[in-house]
Amino acid sequence: MSPHGNPDAPASSATEINREAPNASPKVEAAPEAGPAVDHHDRSTWGLWEVFVRSSRGLSHVHAGSLHAPDAAMALRNARDLYTRRNEGVSIWVVPADAIAASDPDSKGSFFESPQGKDYRHATYYTKSEGVKHL
Amino acid sequence: MAAQNLQSVPAELTPEEDAAGQAHFDRIIAEDSRIEPRDWMPAAYRKTLLRQVSQHAHSEIIGMQPEANWISRAPSLKRKAILMAKVQDEAGHGLYLYSAAETLGQSRDKMMDDLIAGKARYSSIFNYPALTWADMGAIGWLVDGAAICNQVPLCRASYGPYGRAMVRICKEESFHQRQGFEILLELSNGTPEQKQMAQDAVNRWYAPALMMFGPPDDDSPNSKQSMAWNIKRFSNDELRSRFVGMMVEQVRVLGLTLPDDQIRFNEDTRKWEHGPLDWDEFHEVLAGRGPCNAQRLERRRAAHDDGAWVREAAAAYADKQRAKQSAKQQKEYAA
Repeated sequence: MSPHGNPDAPASSATEINREAPNASPKVEAAPEAGPAVDHHDRSTWGLWEVFVRSSRGLSHVHAGSLHAPDAAMALRNARDLYTRRNEGVSIWVVPADAIAASDPDSKGSFFESPQGKDYRHATYYTKSEGVKHL
Repeated sequence: MAAQNLQSVPAELTPEEDAAGQAHFDRIIAEDSRIEPRDWMPAAYRKTLLRQVSQHAHSEIIGMQPEANWISRAPSLKRKAILMAKVQDEAGHGLYLYSAAETLGQSRDKMMDDLIAGKARYSSIFNYPALTWADMGAIGWLVDGAAICNQVPLCRASYGPYGRAMVRICKEESFHQRQGFEILLELSNGTPEQKQMAQDAVNRWYAPALMMFGPPDDDSPNSKQSMAWNIKRFSNDELRSRFVGMMVEQVRVLGLTLPDDQIRFNEDTRKWEHGPLDWDEFHEVLAGRGPCNAQRLERRRAAHDDGAWVREAAAAYADKQRAKQSAKQQKEYAA
């Protein structure tokens, strides 16, 4: 993919994606008060994607934000224009937002409490070795 | 619902669950920590944020117009490229903010529909006309300067997605103010006519820029609650006073003057003071009766309509590709 627009491939060339395009239908997220059907939206409404950017080689992709796009190829292009206007990245992932599973914030206690009382998992628990070199 | 996992959706809860949610919310605010989309939040907090963030997004989008108007008439290729980059940034800032607002459970399409229908507000500043090239300088220096002053504390807003959007925006915004300052400085050091043009632009944008911070504290009903929720960190008058202090210094470097002979540093309060502002004008412009309100909305509506075929074509193409893909997969399974 050309780094700065002006690509020689057509706008939504599948060659830009090195993986099968996620099968995200351009669903709308209904506003809570909008009821079950969102009929004022026509088919031009685009799905929501989450964008992850690798800022340089050797680092992980980090969540940068989200955007709307009709398909993965357009999501990648939009992500490039929206989140890497100043050389912020060398690689981008786009993921359909509804493909992400998230932990429930309400179950915070029970979901995350298992490490409590297990400080023997940290090196600082072992004090007898203090002063011993290279340990 | 797309992205239900990541968005904030008000749910039907029992009174006990609501009370527990409120206690958790209060604790997070008291610790000056951040509220994230799926946390319980008071309905009024959600409503206030949705209003503020969507208005902020609309301001960025409408804010492209006064400057886009000058791209074709920029005095050099360099200035044209800079202006294009700036206008592209404003579009990006609008999109970051719409994303943040969407996490509160409102679709972007709905927000855009409201803007086009004239139901949503945006910053009053963009309803003033950009009459000369010097206005590109004054907008960058004064308008973006005031915006930065307002936005830096918003990076610490208690709502996570809003704060994160503001961090990104503030990083990008600083070039906007510097390029405006540079335009004014060059004009100020140019011919007498150019210097006069720069002074005229500063004269016209000064008061509207000061009014960007919002009504005086005693006439700003929502401010107190927003500060209690850690959305706002400083009052309108406090930020305005700081801004005046910065401009007083900078205008000297420009070799220009501010159109306000009542600016002074109050030794007792340790704050900068300025002359009276015309708040009737502010409310008139906000109510839709400013010099360019109709023009700005009309332009936004036309751009939205003109782009409809692009959105539809992209969606149709995506549908077609998906159909092809699934037909191919079915064939493979059958084989």
